[in-house]
Amino acid sequence: MAIGVKVLDRPTDQVSYVRALLSGMALTFKHMIDPHKVTVQYPEEKWPISPRWRGTHRMLTDETGKSKCVACGLCPQICPANCIKLVPGEDEEGNRYPLIYEIDEFRCIFCGYCQEVCPEEAIHVGRHYENSEYSRAGFVYDLERLTAQTHPVCEMWDPADPKGE
Amino acid sequence: MKLALLAIAADPLQLPNLVPFMIFTVIKMIVVFTVTLVGVALLTLAERKVSAWIQDRHGPNRVGPGGLLQPAADGLKNIMKEETYPDAAYKPIFILAPMLAFIPALLTFAVIPFASPISTRWGRVDMVVADLPIGFLYILALTSLGVYGIVLAGWSSNNKYSLLGGLRSSAQMVSYEISMGLSTVAVLLVAGNVSLNEIIIQQATTVWNFFGLTIAFFIFLVAAFAETNRLPFDLPEAESELIAGYHTEYSAMKFSMFFIAEYSNMVTASALIATLFFGGWDIPFTLWDNQAPWTIWKTLATAAAFSVKVLFFLFFYMWVRWTLPRFRYDQLMSLGWKFMLPTSLVYVIVMAALLLWLDWLGIRPGAMWGAILGGVNAMLAAILFVMLDHGKLISPASSRAQADRLTRLRAMGVRTALSPDSIH
Repeated sequence: MAIGVKVLDRPTDQVSYVRALLSGMALTFKHMIDPHKVTVQYPEEKWPISPRWRGTHRMLTDETGKSKCVACGLCPQICPANCIKLVPGEDEEGNRYPLIYEIDEFRCIFCGYCQEVCPEEAIHVGRHYENSEYSRAGFVYDLERLTAQTHPVCEMWDPADPKGE
Repeated sequence: MKLALLAIAADPLQLPNLVPFMIFTVIKMIVVFTVTLVGVALLTLAERKVSAWIQDRHGPNRVGPGGLLQPAADGLKNIMKEETYPDAAYKPIFILAPMLAFIPALLTFAVIPFASPISTRWGRVDMVVADLPIGFLYILALTSLGVYGIVLAGWSSNNKYSLLGGLRSSAQMVSYEISMGLSTVAVLLVAGNVSLNEIIIQQATTVWNFFGLTIAFFIFLVAAFAETNRLPFDLPEAESELIAGYHTEYSAMKFSMFFIAEYSNMVTASALIATLFFGGWDIPFTLWDNQAPWTIWKTLATAAAFSVKVLFFLFFYMWVRWTLPRFRYDQLMSLGWKFMLPTSLVYVIVMAALLLWLDWLGIRPGAMWGAILGGVNAMLAAILFVMLDHGKLISPASSRAQADRLTRLRAMGVRTALSPDSIH
């Protein structure tokens, strides 16, 4: 058996609970006076999250502050939840850029394919999970909002270094 | 004995100065009422804190310093919530039931002395709301009333879970009320009086009933747990089986009322245990607190002693609740009828014989008398617990049935299946 299952030998006769009761009371009392508590005081304290955590999206920018996105259309293509809306545009020099780039965080399943597929390393899923809003519309992040995010981004899984060493 | 009773009855009532008497009574009522209700509110917090600490958590700590305002937040929430009435419920009783559960719990506290008396220029004022000469009988009468709230709540909800909860509660009350009453007979034998103040004075001058009547204490303790519907005897509520038992259909403040009732019952039961077995407001190892002159400082000190005892038992209630699992219904019944009832009956006889014998030997209540009583009880308690441990009185919570019993049950099943009566 792979898992160690503790099989209790249950009594068939009448049993006395006097000793069991006393040891139980002692155990709970010991836990009560034990100062070590397991609770994490959430808004003040947080658990560290994995470097590969896939959360709220973030669009990276180049040195000039413009988004790195070239509107190639790969991320809406790969997105299994169909939550990315991209309308490409072109400036006078022939550089493509997104006219509209919106991600519906409600539809997103946070698979991280958009980050994996992006040739410019522009769109990322981030190490961030607190995104509450007062309206459903608030969950549709536009380009401005995506570039304004500041949280750290997800580290991609490297097949050559599967354990992240 | 008959003569003594007549003497009490015929004693011309010394009418105290009416106006000061009324004023003092009202003050005492307000103090007791306020302290009990604020205590109940804080107890809900204490319960959650103790449960949290036992489970290695912190408990409520967001509202106010250290979560101290949590009861206020809970109360506010319950007042703001909607009162719902099930269509099938019988409304008058549905509304009446929470009050019926709550009022006896508070009424009981009226006869419990909570401190030594004060001398005022209008005479001695006893620190008890109503100094009934039959204090203990009053308590026995009122604690049984508490069950009506629960039974009626269960019945009027018109819900099978509620009804089962109410039925269980009544069965439990009937079973444990008897042992509770019998266990206190020994206390009354020792004190020779049913006035709670006299019982306290008797304990203060000889020995606490915990030492003098150990077995009665244990029986009373277990019965008190059953009477207040607390774990391990919370079968009327039994979340895992009956949703919430008798208060399944209740919401908002009426639901809250049942909790206030439960906690006031706990306070009263703890106060009773402290009064009957731990000397009430008596400060141990001292005699100065039991005799005149009665001053305000003495009253405060004894009130503090009483509170410490009550708080200990309240803590004990919580400690037990978060340690022990719930009894199965048949275990509850067998513990009540097969163990506690015979034990308390035999114990009453043994103690009566012992007291008669001591009287015959000419040993008057005092140090020697207390030592003999304590010695005999320590012996009896030791024998009882060894028997409990070896006699294995409680059937296991979960086990294979014994082979012969199984065959018998199967035979019975075959018979009923074959009999023409079973075809309907």
